[in-house]
Amino acid sequence: MVEKNNSSAFVKFDRVQKSYDGETLVVKDLNLEVPKGEFLTMLGPSGSGKTTCLMMLAGFETATHGDIMLNGISINNIPPHKRGIGMVFQNYALFPHMSVAENLSFPLEVRKLDKVTREEKVNRALDMVEMGEFKGRRPAQLSGGQQQRIALARALVFEPELVLMDEPLGALDKQLREKMQFEITELAHRLGITVVYVTHDQTEALTMSDRVAVFNDGRIQQLATPDQLYEEPENSFVAQFIGENNTLNGTISDLKNDVATVKLDSGDIIDCKPVNVSTIGERTQVSIRPERVELNKKRLPPGSHTLTAEVLEFIYMGDVFRTRLRVAGNEDFIVKTRNSSDQVRLNPGEKIEIGWSTSCCRALDA
Amino acid sequence: MKNFTKTILTTASAALISGAAFAGSHMAMEMTIVSWGGAYSKSQLKAYHEPYSAKTGVTILNDDSSSTAVAQLRAMNEAKNITWDVVDVEAAPAMQLCDEGLAMEIDPDTMLAAAPDGTPASEDFGDMLVSPCFIPQIVYSTTFGYRTDLVGDTPPTSVCAVFDTKTYPGKRSLFSVPINQMEWALLCDGVDKADIYDVLETEEGQDQALAKLDTIKDDVIWVSSGSDTPQLLADGEVIMGATYNGRLFSLIEEQKQPVAMIWDGQVMDLDGWIIPAGLSPERQARALDYIMFATDTQRLADQAKYISYGPARASSAPLVGKHADLGIDMGPHMPTAPENLSRAFLMNYDFWADYRDDLDAKFQAWLAK
Amino acid sequence: MVSNSSTNVLLSADGTPLKKSLNRSLRQQKMRALLLIAPLLIFILVAFIMPIVSMLSRSVENDLVGQTLPLTVQSIQSWDALSGELPDEPVYRAFAQDIQNAAKAKVHTKVGLRLNYEKSGIASLFKKTARKAKKWDIENDGPFKEKLTKVHKGWGEVEVWQTIKTHSPTYTSGYFLNAVDMRKTVQGAEWQPEDKTILIKLFQRTLVMSLIITFSCIILGYPVAWLLANLPMRQANLLMILVLLPFWTSLLVRTSAWKVMLQQQGVINDVLVQLSLISNEGRLIMINNEIGTIVAMTHILLPFMILPMYSVMQTIPPSYLRAAKSLGATNWTAFWRVYFPQSVPGIGAGSILVFILAIGYYITPEIVGGTKGVFISNRIAYHILKSLNWGLAAALGTILLVAVLILYWTYDKIVGIDNVKLGG
Repeated sequence: MVEKNNSSAFVKFDRVQKSYDGETLVVKDLNLEVPKGEFLTMLGPSGSGKTTCLMMLAGFETATHGDIMLNGISINNIPPHKRGIGMVFQNYALFPHMSVAENLSFPLEVRKLDKVTREEKVNRALDMVEMGEFKGRRPAQLSGGQQQRIALARALVFEPELVLMDEPLGALDKQLREKMQFEITELAHRLGITVVYVTHDQTEALTMSDRVAVFNDGRIQQLATPDQLYEEPENSFVAQFIGENNTLNGTISDLKNDVATVKLDSGDIIDCKPVNVSTIGERTQVSIRPERVELNKKRLPPGSHTLTAEVLEFIYMGDVFRTRLRVAGNEDFIVKTRNSSDQVRLNPGEKIEIGWSTSCCRALDA
Repeated sequence: MKNFTKTILTTASAALISGAAFAGSHMAMEMTIVSWGGAYSKSQLKAYHEPYSAKTGVTILNDDSSSTAVAQLRAMNEAKNITWDVVDVEAAPAMQLCDEGLAMEIDPDTMLAAAPDGTPASEDFGDMLVSPCFIPQIVYSTTFGYRTDLVGDTPPTSVCAVFDTKTYPGKRSLFSVPINQMEWALLCDGVDKADIYDVLETEEGQDQALAKLDTIKDDVIWVSSGSDTPQLLADGEVIMGATYNGRLFSLIEEQKQPVAMIWDGQVMDLDGWIIPAGLSPERQARALDYIMFATDTQRLADQAKYISYGPARASSAPLVGKHADLGIDMGPHMPTAPENLSRAFLMNYDFWADYRDDLDAKFQAWLAK
Repeated sequence: MVSNSSTNVLLSADGTPLKKSLNRSLRQQKMRALLLIAPLLIFILVAFIMPIVSMLSRSVENDLVGQTLPLTVQSIQSWDALSGELPDEPVYRAFAQDIQNAAKAKVHTKVGLRLNYEKSGIASLFKKTARKAKKWDIENDGPFKEKLTKVHKGWGEVEVWQTIKTHSPTYTSGYFLNAVDMRKTVQGAEWQPEDKTILIKLFQRTLVMSLIITFSCIILGYPVAWLLANLPMRQANLLMILVLLPFWTSLLVRTSAWKVMLQQQGVINDVLVQLSLISNEGRLIMINNEIGTIVAMTHILLPFMILPMYSVMQTIPPSYLRAAKSLGATNWTAFWRVYFPQSVPGIGAGSILVFILAIGYYITPEIVGGTKGVFISNRIAYHILKSLNWGLAAALGTILLVAVLILYWTYDKIVGIDNVKLGG
């Protein structure tokens, strides 16, 4: 199915910088390689530089410094229409004065394909997104989801090897969005195309992508597979940005054998996995995912540190329970537990002992 | 004097009717006097309005609508709301207004001042009283000016120089109306001065005039306003052109342009006052009081200090003195100066009342060809 | 609300039918809305609708002849105008009575002028006759055929009586016929002699030149509107001020400025001579003709083209062009196939605006148009202000109005009026 060829990157950003005003860099020293066939997502808050990167790749912005390579060739000086890159825009950008079929036929016409071929390809692309019967409609007569499919079909109809998508699902409601997420990934993998996808929605990024590049402040903070990103965030920004996260602030008091001993600001001592801390005495932010917190002391490995916690709030959410605790002075410490038959329900005011395995507790930069 | 530029405000008669309805009634000591604007209105302000206001305390409002006076008075009459008290018009429109009952009739001997020597006004004005409603004010003429620096060693002395493009090559400006242009054409095509209107009454005569104009058609810049020709002369756009003699005087003496006047073939016309019919008694009384004051011998002579138009009273002529600012003797600059008068041409009002519309259509069709 | 099952009429709580109470509550809303727009409605009625209705009626009204010469009009009906013979004594007598009454009431010149539009010479004929007729004793001074013919030989011309008869009905198509270079005669409608046909030519010229002006405005305005819509805010605002600047100067000043620019001793010619592009003798004639009118009016009407185009272009997101390019279109194809079609509603709105303004323009052609660049409006102004032939002016104005409506209708059929946008 997916043909990965890691030896030579299909898309490559080589020390790319971008500045609009000559004073501040919106993209700082970007290096990124995307192998052929990969679904790569650029994830980040707005203003983090992800869209700029996408626009540089599409050719609508020029890099201030550095090279962008496609298939080993620098495309810095190639105008957008010669790059052969398919693109799906945030608001679809379907041409309102053309019918669905005309929209799809447009890229084929400018490529001077004959009429029969054009029709054949348009039909195939429409069938691919199951929109065959809407050929004659105008975009304004379609629902948001339908427009989305047409936009997708239009980006694919001329069979580009690389397709860029700029927050394509942003305008859809939740249910439709989830359906489309699945359809897009399925289609991308089936066709074997390389996709660079931009979103600020982390769920979307995690569910769709082969790899995710988390952007912040003009840099890639972490480039990893979705599970790595969630389980092993490399810095506190990623930890905070991806999924729900509990943080405790403290100082490294000891550092050896892949274990960092952290003295929390409350005075408690805990053991953590050092990620990007290197010296004793350094300030650190300790990150623990809510579902990794163990309320049952017996399940903890022997010798684990435990902390005393006071239950502040208990929220019943159906499949999970959500408990808000005060832990080491942090009143927003969340614990998620599965609603299983043996799980106790805690009452506000109760005092309990909590703990976690050292590998789940990551000491990150402060 | 035909100030077309003022007419934008007054294109639609309907707007006039509705507009007139909004104009309020006059205060007791206020009157609206309609004239042509520009230097001409200024001369009236100095010679008539200011002394009259000083004497009576009446506030005078000026309205520069004379070029469209007949149309506006008609509209006011339809709306039954006359907002003007005294109106300055040329002789032909005054006759028309009188015939239509839009202007009040004047008895010169009881309503106008006698000459200082006691000559009654009717005699003092004499032939100038062309209509029972018309109180003559000035004699003006339409004549030609030429650029002294563009005519070589033989400056033109005859109006027919206009048709002589060999001796005087270059553009000339004429009014884009048949009045005057048709007469000049026939005059320069050999028709006797006395026969011109008889000839012009016939189809052949009209064709003859147009044929003569055809010979210079491409050399003419056709203008619609009295201010066009002075500007064209000043810019050197034309070598000679027709306009009112007062405008040429101002161009030559006040602006010191290298321009001189031909005077030959000047077409004399009258300009004067009418009082609209249908004013309330106290407004009419005021209007008559103003007219009595403004058309006496001294006042008419005073106006000539500011503009080179001849006073319409015989008794005013000897009193014409020097220009108020330039100190030039104004006598020789009047169309009525004996030397200028001998070469003048008298317009036939009756002919034009009959033939204007017909000839205008012909003339415009000819222009558009 | 109670539903009455036996009659199937919905009743409100107090028993009145639901529809009735709904209507009542809606009526209040409607009244309130009507009151809010009442000032505007009255204004439009007084300042716009009434003048137009008055114009339309003036273009066919002709009660002057019948009112001033009632006896003549009555007795002349029995006269066969095509016989080539003069009318009989009763007609002359009736006319003598009419003209005497008219002279006393001072209305004889009005009717004389009215008939003079149809046949030159009648104005003075009426004037002279009225002067004499005042003294006549109608009972005893006959026969009037001789008497009138003695006053003026015109009364011995069949044509004069034909003119009176032809133009005696209360309503006439005469003005409209005149407006299209025809005239009403006893034989029916006839073309004017060729040396007097001017109006159709002016209508044609007005249409053609308005189209040229509209087209020039599109060509010149489109790039400006595009820049306005695509420049950053600061520069766009500056440019917008420049576009609107002409509105701040008087129309007259702007038009006169073109005189200085375009005349033979003007700025443009001077520059061209200095650059040796033309010889001093070969200075271009760019004013007092069609070129002058087209240049000056294009300049004056340009903002009316730019503004609607700009407001439409502003709503076209840049992503369309990007999408087109990403799909492989060159800059030109992207513009022509994607951007331009979407800006067409703006062009349509601007064109309608400019064209309708141009077709009725008066002052600019008057100043810079010379004789070859004047419009039909100048002729309308002439008839309103100078010849005072308001009936003909009204007929010309009506034709112009109808021409605009027809063009508007055609535009609707071809492009669709819902395709016109002034913005949003």
